Amino acid sequence: MTTAATGLQHTPSLLEVEDLAVEFSTYGGIVRAVRGVSFAVERGKTMAIVGESGCGKSVTVQAMMGLTPMPPGRITSGSARLNGVEVLGRNIINGKDIRGSQIGMIFQDPMTSLNPTMTIGDQIAEPLQVHRGYSHKRAFAEAIELLSITKIPEAAKRARQYPFEFSGGMLQRAMIAMAIACKPSILIADEPTTALDVTIQAQILDLLQDLQKETGMAIILITHDLGVVARMADDVAVMYAGKVVEQGGVDDIFYRSAHPYTLGLKLAMPTNDPSKQHKLNPIEGSPPDLFAPPIGCGYCPRCPYSMKICDVKDPDILPVGKKHESRCWLQHPQAITVPDELYCGEKA
Amino acid sequence: MTALVETLELSKYFDIGRKQRVHAVDNISLTIAEKEIVGLVGESGSGKSTFGKTVIGLHAKTSGEVKFRGEILPQAYRPADFQRLASKMQMIFQDPYSSLNPRMTIGEIIAEGLRLHSTLKGTQVKSRVEEWLVRVGLHAGHMSRYPHEFSGGQRQRIGIARALILEPEFVVCDEPISALDVSVQAQVINLLSELKDTLGLTLLFIAHDLSMVRYVSDRMAVMYLGSLVEVGKADEVYFDPKHPYTEILIGSNPEPDPEQERSRPSTAIQGEIPSPVNVPAGCRFANRCPKVMDVCRVETPQLIPLQDAERQVACHLY
Repeated sequence: MTTAATGLQHTPSLLEVEDLAVEFSTYGGIVRAVRGVSFAVERGKTMAIVGESGCGKSVTVQAMMGLTPMPPGRITSGSARLNGVEVLGRNIINGKDIRGSQIGMIFQDPMTSLNPTMTIGDQIAEPLQVHRGYSHKRAFAEAIELLSITKIPEAAKRARQYPFEFSGGMLQRAMIAMAIACKPSILIADEPTTALDVTIQAQILDLLQDLQKETGMAIILITHDLGVVARMADDVAVMYAGKVVEQGGVDDIFYRSAHPYTLGLKLAMPTNDPSKQHKLNPIEGSPPDLFAPPIGCGYCPRCPYSMKICDVKDPDILPVGKKHESRCWLQHPQAITVPDELYCGEKA
Repeated sequence: MTALVETLELSKYFDIGRKQRVHAVDNISLTIAEKEIVGLVGESGSGKSTFGKTVIGLHAKTSGEVKFRGEILPQAYRPADFQRLASKMQMIFQDPYSSLNPRMTIGEIIAEGLRLHSTLKGTQVKSRVEEWLVRVGLHAGHMSRYPHEFSGGQRQRIGIARALILEPEFVVCDEPISALDVSVQAQVINLLSELKDTLGLTLLFIAHDLSMVRYVSDRMAVMYLGSLVEVGKADEVYFDPKHPYTEILIGSNPEPDPEQERSRPSTAIQGEIPSPVNVPAGCRFANRCPKVMDVCRVETPQLIPLQDAERQVACHLY
């Protein structure tokens, strides 16, 4: 049983995603990009989805937002409930489009995500006109207000400028302003700082945290940078080859890693510990081809601890601790030898 | 330690019309010793890539000079200069997706340098390419494939093989890992340091990921708006930054450690890197610097050595 399922009986989370699967038909065959993903996002908390490119993290949130191009994409199973209401496959709920009003989204590349032929102010005003029915004048005034909330200096002047007149960091702020215009209960941030410098990244992350404190919105943060995760997240889901392989609180993931992939990612990162030797431990090999997804565990060919069973049967996601679970056979009660570095719960 | 590459007051400006100039690289003097890895860090727009390209001659120099083994290199390269120097200096480019010709096979891409710069015969070239493919962790059978058939990490390995097959002495690596995933970054870094040991390479390693640069480099140079603000041993600069900009740059880098991140105060600074067209008078960092003094806005600080000659800082605080 997954956390999402057990959570349902007690306190429903803000967003509950269960067994989501998405595939794409291409010339080369069917790519099974997301293969049964379940997670829950709590009110006012930040949930980070971590993983390498191609692991399905963006496809997961795009499916929730109704942004999956269909065709070639297809949601083959699963559900996503926002406040108990199913959002998958339908964008209009109670006569309103949830995209942009209840769920806001910001994208990786602010330079190409904004319309180059519209002023920044008009673009921020647009969701207010569409969802709230504001007049252009009122929406534009609100847009200026939003620009100053996102700490853009001279907001009134900036609102009349076009995207090319903004720097990358400023564009990301403008995109955040647009995403929060209708006060969504969830903000999805898809690699919001990957294209930015560390100094600008720090500014944007601070801004997101401040906005979260003020508005109480939940954030789904998609990233591959474990440093950003450590900085921002309350809960973490680690994805690999279209599945969640480990999820739990941020401390569980970092200090009690229960999946070999999470462990591998941590070892591949440079640390700031001066005593550590100058040698990185890469994860050899590359992720599996999702045209023909492996029958067994997707990480098995790269896993230093792989066993016979890993190749033939995919493990279920198994509980490790309170709200902490891992999709690994080593967490199975009958696993014989378990490596010391892998956390396997407070077992006797 | 003998210097392999030396730049003396090297500058590169770009004219952008209406008597305006981009001061991309301004007055940089940096010495790179033989078999040393120097990491060059800074924000985008600070001129790191332009510096790297100017050093190996892909840009003509506006002023100043570059010495290679004591020889002063030409101000602007002619075809004969490229022909002569390509086997000594090479570059690995940032974006493995756009820096490989999509219409050439991997074999052709890697062999191109050999065909142009060596006297090897066809079959010898082929066996060298095969040898290098294996050396960078690919298969000899990949020769007849095209770039689009490879992942980012594999393409970066192809870029490395292409640059190193001529066995150059000096290689500029322009953000070789920033387009790659964490697990693959470590593979490429380990490959580079292994090749560095076996071939005795000297590297200028350009990156914006500070913790990775510390892992790779012997010395670290920090660049801001076209000029160097701090140079020193990588570990010392990382753990004991002297220049306020270095301090902020390192402080902005989030560590993969939640407890440490929670206890750390926010170090974000206001503002962004100014335009290199109208370079401010005095210290270029003055308008963002938390420790700014009156003198900073008037007088340009020079890069001066601190107590030990290893560390140089351009700041009026020292």
